[in-house]
Amino acid sequence: MTTVLGLFNYWVVIVLMMTGFYIVISRNNLIKKVIGLNIFQTSVFLLYISIGKLEGGTAPIIEPGFDRYSNPLPSVLILTAIVVGVATTSVALALIVRIREAYGTVEEDEILEIDGAE
Amino acid sequence: MIREQLPALQIVLPLVAAPLCVILRRRIPVLGLAIAVAWTTFAIAVALLRQVLADGPIAYALGGWAPPWGIEYRIDPLAAFVLMFVSLIGAVTLTYAPRSLAREIPSDRLHLFIAAFLLCLTGLLGIVISGDLFNVFVFLEISALSSYVLIAMGRDRRALTAAFQYLVLGTIGATFILIGIGLLYAMTGTLNMADMAARLPEVMSTRTVVAALGFFSIGLFIKMALFPLHIWLPNAYSYAPSMVTAFLAGTATKVAVYVMLRFTFTVTNIKMSFGASDLGTVLIGLSLAGIFVASTVAIFQRDVKRLLAYSSVAQIGYMVLGISFASVTGLTATIVHLFNHALIKGGLFLAMGCFAFVAGGTRLERLHGIGKTMPWTTFAWVLGGLSLIGVPATAGFVSKMYLIRAALEAGVWPVAAMILLSSLLALVYVWRVVEVAYFMPAPEGAERREAPLSMLIPTWLLIGASIVFGIWTSASAGIAARAAEALLGIAP
Amino acid sequence: MTVKLALVLALAIPAAAALAVALLRRWPNIREAATLTAGVLLFADVLYLAREIGGGGAPDVELIEVFPGLPLAFSLEPLGLLFALIASGLWIVTSLYSIGYMRARNETSQTRFYVYFAIAISATMGIALARNLLTLFVFYEILTLSTYPLVTHHRTENARRSGRVYLGVLLTTSIGMFLLALTWTWWRTGTLEFTPGGILAGTVEGPELIVLLAVFAFGTGKAALMPFHRWLPAAMVAPTPVSALLHAVAVVKAGVFTILKIVVYIFGIDLLTDTGASVWLMYVAGFTIIAASVVALGKDNLKARLAYSTISQLAYIVLGAALATSAGIIGGGMHMLMHAFGKITLFFCAGAIYVTTHKTKISEMRGLGRAMPVTLFAFLIGSLSLIGLPPFGGSWSKWYLLLGTAEAHQAVLMGVLLVSSLLSVAYLMPVVVHGFFSAPDDDSGAVAIKEAPALCLVPLCFTALGCLVWFFFADAIRELLLPIVGG
Repeated sequence: MTTVLGLFNYWVVIVLMMTGFYIVISRNNLIKKVIGLNIFQTSVFLLYISIGKLEGGTAPIIEPGFDRYSNPLPSVLILTAIVVGVATTSVALALIVRIREAYGTVEEDEILEIDGAE
Repeated sequence: MIREQLPALQIVLPLVAAPLCVILRRRIPVLGLAIAVAWTTFAIAVALLRQVLADGPIAYALGGWAPPWGIEYRIDPLAAFVLMFVSLIGAVTLTYAPRSLAREIPSDRLHLFIAAFLLCLTGLLGIVISGDLFNVFVFLEISALSSYVLIAMGRDRRALTAAFQYLVLGTIGATFILIGIGLLYAMTGTLNMADMAARLPEVMSTRTVVAALGFFSIGLFIKMALFPLHIWLPNAYSYAPSMVTAFLAGTATKVAVYVMLRFTFTVTNIKMSFGASDLGTVLIGLSLAGIFVASTVAIFQRDVKRLLAYSSVAQIGYMVLGISFASVTGLTATIVHLFNHALIKGGLFLAMGCFAFVAGGTRLERLHGIGKTMPWTTFAWVLGGLSLIGVPATAGFVSKMYLIRAALEAGVWPVAAMILLSSLLALVYVWRVVEVAYFMPAPEGAERREAPLSMLIPTWLLIGASIVFGIWTSASAGIAARAAEALLGIAP
Repeated sequence: MTVKLALVLALAIPAAAALAVALLRRWPNIREAATLTAGVLLFADVLYLAREIGGGGAPDVELIEVFPGLPLAFSLEPLGLLFALIASGLWIVTSLYSIGYMRARNETSQTRFYVYFAIAISATMGIALARNLLTLFVFYEILTLSTYPLVTHHRTENARRSGRVYLGVLLTTSIGMFLLALTWTWWRTGTLEFTPGGILAGTVEGPELIVLLAVFAFGTGKAALMPFHRWLPAAMVAPTPVSALLHAVAVVKAGVFTILKIVVYIFGIDLLTDTGASVWLMYVAGFTIIAASVVALGKDNLKARLAYSTISQLAYIVLGAALATSAGIIGGGMHMLMHAFGKITLFFCAGAIYVTTHKTKISEMRGLGRAMPVTLFAFLIGSLSLIGLPPFGGSWSKWYLLLGTAEAHQAVLMGVLLVSSLLSVAYLMPVVVHGFFSAPDDDSGAVAIKEAPALCLVPLCFTALGCLVWFFFADAIRELLLPIVGG
């Protein structure tokens, strides 16, 4: 039991990851796909950050009296990854705007229909 | 002094040039700067290659911070080889670009386009040169994002949906890679590839590491367009602007294969990756499936760019097939084919760009009798096609010979027979185009009008190189063999 | 003029000719002169190399190493010399004929024709002078590709379809099979050099030896062993000078030459006779001999009949190689020469007939002897040589092949050779007999003699004369080839 509860951060990650992935593949609306992608990426961020926290670890600033520090590196890495995620989202949304201008819709099935009719 | 900083300059130069292009705005300064920077980058890569071949691998600590906490750039023969041809393709396509882009993208966007191109080049070079796993991820995303933008600049509105599809799939792939890196970090406590290679063996059999390898591999397979995760490629290549297709076809997937080589043989090693699992069998199966399916689909395409895109998927299959044998010959085949295929496909897509420029399109119907109206371009295309088939005295033949030999050495001669069979499929789709170009009468009133020299010369540069390196193999296969031996830890 | 230079020149001269012809497109007469000059220079170069070998020299030049242990290299040995002499000598003759033919028919794209012709000759030289199997394979493929524009010269729908068969069969066999056998040999022995006595002894044995020979033999599509013979009749869509080139000068000769080289220098005659690994090949060749002759009987189109005759005659040479005895090899090599002269005469005649009368069917050629006596007489001589009757050259090669079957104790195959001679009488003589002795269908009394143009007539007389002359010099050929079989 403790193992299951003790691993709850991983369970959260898995749930978010699957949710995000499912949204990407099942939703036709392009904006919803992007949201799904975001959720998917966020789950991975949580994975990294959560493994950085050590049990009984304090903030990673050297202070006498403390001998266990949480790992600062994952948080740093994730800052970079969050930036990447933001950039991806903005490119995706820009593409969606252009798609809307070109096709008049942001529903994937309608776009396929329009292209298929060409 | 500069010599020591070359690894950093390799990345910094194109990186800094990108925002400069945005600031410069006007066509001539932007193109002039970009082309100058691209060729300088190539010169740096050649210098690094010569240094590595003479003195051994280079380790460069970025910012002076010592690894494994600092980020390190590591250049061994394989990395130097890949750097060389990636920068070459970048420089050649950029030289080709001015006339081609003038027809294909709005002129007020040119400076932004070139900036994105330089960023893509930076990203690709960074992936190759980096010795830190997370750094690889960052550069991977840099190159990916800029390539989404580049593809979306195509004339056809389907370029937008193609770019979006590539974005979704590419991000999923990159995120999988990130998961893999994260789990590996959790188990080994380091991100430096050399350090991880030392620490990995003791935790190799844990479920976490196996899962990490799985995630990493799948993400990589998406990026390199290995069957069946290749669906983004045909659309992306068909609808992107011509020089973008040529550039990406010659670099993006090759760099992904490079990452796979690095991961399978340097970070993990043969015992772990091949010995502990059926990786060899899986890869043989996937690559052969990809080769046959993609080649067959290519035969039925009406648009030649799409035909070449499917051909690329098949060629990636050949590269992965070489990896699956896990022998010196197999890896030599893969590495030399990274180079050869970059030349061949780069040249072929540049020729397609010439066709698009003069004939207005790349569908077979538009190319009737083009052998008469554009003789030089068409002949370049034919030579590239012969290389795809694997006719002797072309680069494609060199790769094929090594691949067949590797299959025979591994004791799987049916695979060798299948490789040869697939060459015949390539014969079919190449000859379809040849017949249309030479046997169909040209449309009424078509006169002989070649592509402009600024586009013809880069095309012939790459195609000519593919013929030269079909014979002068000590420069290509020789280096590839050295790189293969280094990967497998065999002293030369 | 060093020998090394002479070897390289053998390829460089025709290649340079191709370039010159391309540049001279606007001045047809100078363009033709370039071709002929190159032909004479090439023949002189090969004669120079022949003298070297006669003096006991062993010319050798290595260009560049393409794979570890596999360089592009050239050298000269008796078989190669024979092939080089045939190809370079007949190039001059064929060029003269082509000039006559192409101008008489006012053909299109003549420059392109002469350019690819020259490239094909250069590739043929590469095959003849190859020192190892890799070099041979490289130029073998170049030959296939450079003859494709020649075969599809007319660019009609028919030409396109036939071109597909031509390229399809030749490239499928070469890439699908020959390359596999080549790489297999490289992997097993580490080398591909042509070595007297072969390179396989001690490494490859038993069933693997037989399979390897099979893949090589069927992989040499240009030798037209059944069932990979379809490309040859398909190539008949080409202009007649191309057919002459294909059948006599270069392409098919390259095929059987390759098989001879592989038998003698890769497998080794002793290995084959000791293990009997080539007996099956004798029977496959025998089958092709008979089957192709039978099909030839049924063909009314003259060029088609000659095509199937060639398939049958090529199988003679393959049989000679498979017999792997000294008489067999000598017979095979000699037949390369005799068949070249005989067949080229027959094709020249077919072309001359077409140019003058536009007739292609044998049934329409009754009584043709009255209008074209010289042509038909030359046809008679060529036929007699191929049938194997003295005093024509073909009789000697047939004699040696029969001797070979005796040496190998293959009575059945001796019978095959004799039967096929009868069959060749049956498919060749009617042309001559009906031509001279039947009445023409459109009999309108006395017919004037109207022969082909001189540039067509002279070459075919020359080659017909050659068939006679070689009868008396066959021994020189035997002397030339004797060292190969350890004599």
